[in-house]
Amino acid sequence: MLALFYIFIAVAIGVSFWQITRIMNFRGIIATDDDNKKQGTYAIYFMVFLYAMMIYCLIFMNVIMLPESASFEGEHDDNLFNITFWLIGIVQFFMQFLIFYFTFKYRGKKGQKAKFYSDSHKLEAIWTITPAVVLVLLIGYGLWQWNNIMDLSNSEDPVVIEVYSQQFRWDARYAGEDNTLGFGNVNFIKGINTMGVDMSDKNSADDKQVTELYLPKGRKVHFKFRSQDVLHSAYMPHFRAQMNCVPGMVTEFGFTPKYTTDEMRQNPEVIEKTNGINKIRKAKGEDPYVFDYLLLCNKICGASHYNMQMKITVVEQDEYDKWIAEQPTLSSVIK
Amino acid sequence: MSEHHHKETFVTKYLFSQDHKMISKQFLVTGMFMGIIGVFMSMLFRMQIAWPEKSFSIIEAFLGPHQTDGVMNPDIYLALVTIHGTIMVFFVLTAGLSGTFSNLLIPLQIGARDMASGFLNMVSYWLFFLSSIIMVISLFVEAGPASSGWTVYPPLSALPQAIPGSGAGMTLWLVSMAIFIASSLIGSLNYIVTVLNLRTKGMTMTRMPLTIWAFFITAIIGVVSFPVLLSAALLLVFDRSFGTSFYLSDIFISGEVLHYQGGSPVLYEHLFWFLGHPEVYIVLLPALGITSEIISTHSRKPIFGYRAMIGSIMAIAFLSTIVWGHHMFVSGMNPFLGSVFTFTTLLIAIPSAVKAFNYVTTLWKGNLQLNPAMLFSIGLVSTFVTGGLTGLVLGDSALDINIHDTYFVVAHFHLVMGVSAIFGMYAGVYHWFPKMYGRMMNKTLGYWHFWITIICAYGVFWPMHFIGLAGLPRRYYSNTNFPMFDDLLEINVVITIFALVGGLAQIIFIANFFISMYRGQKATQNPWNSNTLEWTTPVEHVHGNWPGKLPEVHRWAYDYSKRVDPKDDDSDYLHGQDFVLQTTPLLEGEDPS
Repeated sequence: MLALFYIFIAVAIGVSFWQITRIMNFRGIIATDDDNKKQGTYAIYFMVFLYAMMIYCLIFMNVIMLPESASFEGEHDDNLFNITFWLIGIVQFFMQFLIFYFTFKYRGKKGQKAKFYSDSHKLEAIWTITPAVVLVLLIGYGLWQWNNIMDLSNSEDPVVIEVYSQQFRWDARYAGEDNTLGFGNVNFIKGINTMGVDMSDKNSADDKQVTELYLPKGRKVHFKFRSQDVLHSAYMPHFRAQMNCVPGMVTEFGFTPKYTTDEMRQNPEVIEKTNGINKIRKAKGEDPYVFDYLLLCNKICGASHYNMQMKITVVEQDEYDKWIAEQPTLSSVIK
Repeated sequence: MSEHHHKETFVTKYLFSQDHKMISKQFLVTGMFMGIIGVFMSMLFRMQIAWPEKSFSIIEAFLGPHQTDGVMNPDIYLALVTIHGTIMVFFVLTAGLSGTFSNLLIPLQIGARDMASGFLNMVSYWLFFLSSIIMVISLFVEAGPASSGWTVYPPLSALPQAIPGSGAGMTLWLVSMAIFIASSLIGSLNYIVTVLNLRTKGMTMTRMPLTIWAFFITAIIGVVSFPVLLSAALLLVFDRSFGTSFYLSDIFISGEVLHYQGGSPVLYEHLFWFLGHPEVYIVLLPALGITSEIISTHSRKPIFGYRAMIGSIMAIAFLSTIVWGHHMFVSGMNPFLGSVFTFTTLLIAIPSAVKAFNYVTTLWKGNLQLNPAMLFSIGLVSTFVTGGLTGLVLGDSALDINIHDTYFVVAHFHLVMGVSAIFGMYAGVYHWFPKMYGRMMNKTLGYWHFWITIICAYGVFWPMHFIGLAGLPRRYYSNTNFPMFDDLLEINVVITIFALVGGLAQIIFIANFFISMYRGQKATQNPWNSNTLEWTTPVEHVHGNWPGKLPEVHRWAYDYSKRVDPKDDDSDYLHGQDFVLQTTPLLEGEDPS
């Protein structure tokens, strides 16, 4: 690869010098009909290149995309995304065609006269009103979905979890039997009380601190985020979920897991992506990759920003109950 | 002014010049110098992304203490992306673009002897120069330059304990930006006053070329929003140096609780993006203005929908000041605000669509002279459409949740404001080089430059959308800790190769620029057969622009290919040629259009 890179540099510099020497013998300096013809033709070649690349990426990069949403709330995100993407895709193909085709078609020629055409209120009205109408629909759907996701007030019996960030790790705290988190603040950080939980708060005793998330399938999870030092962002791409962790305030987000980790591993999209990854890993002699949900940091937070992750495992309710019962309460750990 | 014959020494002519034409060249060359640094940095960090564990002697040579055996350290990676962003957005695309072309074209195209205040204009440049120097010096600070992203969100940017770059490097960043903002404000005020007061006889507001409209509105946005960034930066200085708590609260770092109470980083985000979003348009609008002028001139056609273009510039400018929250959908602000900002953000699509369609209609049935300037303008329309469309995805709060801060965002804004604005800048240089230096740039090199650049720009940023959709966060030093991203590495290698070739291709432009300056073919007075006033000035620059009386304007700037019979495309040109200078009086019975 390194050799390739040096070859590239050498070629690029060589080409530049070869071209720069040509500067000595200036020919024309303003485009002639001949230039217009050449450049117009290149515009068509470029359009072909652009379409080829766009289509190639759209088809062959499908496999690297995130699989379908693993949360119920995310279904509408995927839906809205697909609608938007088709729409802008069509406009993109149409507009790029016009731009480069016109460049070719109307290239300057001897004796050709440009049309004196400076205004048309009808045309302008069309391309003001059409986007406006389409946007009303997109905005409507988008806002409806946004309110859907962000409104956490009416969820019944949610699992309440605090996600806590610091340079450079994640921790989590489950609310325990009472489903209410005890108060937390950096002033209470001491020894093994690393999340700064106020142990004098009666809600704190049954809280459970963990380093890995387990979520029950089909139940709303209500996340509360805190940060200890700088901004972090809790990004759970498979669930279409993200919220910043802000020092000095508690932020919230919620979703309902739709598939357990095991179910997701059977998803054809996931299998295809995993196979692709494992082919690459095998060639490098690395251990095979097994799909897991992840929470990663998505707000620049310092040197090890690129290595801040927490595993999320979605299981059935009974398995979740078993797991949570095994976790020690804070009062049993912090004396 | 022209009556006074100043004795010009080297110092007053080339250094402390108050002549807008010289000042514009100073802005351009300084901007290009900063651009070389900014682009070079992006090439370095792209190498890190593509070949994360490879050792490169070039990295060893340039990053000195910040690398180990030719592999850059995570801290300097973040510093490089930070300074790349800062330099490209502010120093190249704000000062380099606006500073160059507002200065050059405002007096020349409205028929003024110079800027309203030549002295303030000079001060504006030298403050910009000073801030550039300080920014460059900050690269050599021992702990490294600012490295908390170009948005410098606190607490990361406020606490040296959090990242080494937040020490002296960050202090210099803030000082440099404060001076930069002063420079930008002085410049903008000067542009506004000049446009309002110094238009020559007959140059009504609705006869001004669209370039001037764009510069004028840009200056207004700058005056409205840059002071807010200055206050944001000042409050950050207070938090860093004087122990206040505007942005900081409840922080435990390096084993101790800090004293800060009651502040919020979200406040900083609001203040920053109140400039940060309009900044996108401060960068883009001048490029669009330049494109309007160039597409019309080289199509030999009037710009389609002149008034709609002005209207859409104004609409974009107004909307740009009330959409900043779309950068903060997941910042923890009230979700209701998210709804409002989604609504206002998506509205921007309407005036943007009008502009794009109007450009395409201007091309339609034209007689396109495909000079390099024209190609770059067409390229701008292409990248503006591609990048603008993905804005519909990002501006929708519900969709933004999942792609916020991923490479999808990087791809979007690079296309719509980065590549588009730089294309506008290149188009402007190719088009007005004869006005600036009295010589022509080489067209063959221009063609090479254009095609390599646009292929590489798409090669870099189109695939980047998809790695963003795969969930890859931006500003990751390396993705090797996440097996789920292993299949993105190949794409990243391709992107990096395009980036390296594209970056190196800019050498063609720089060589063309400097060699043409001395050896280029002498320009004629009006090489592109353009209508606007700057082409009525002599090729050799004179103080006061016009040797005699100021020109008088009788028509708008876009009477290209005007016919005897406006309904008949085959009829003869009304004025015997396909362009009519703005100084040409209306013929009897001529429709002023």
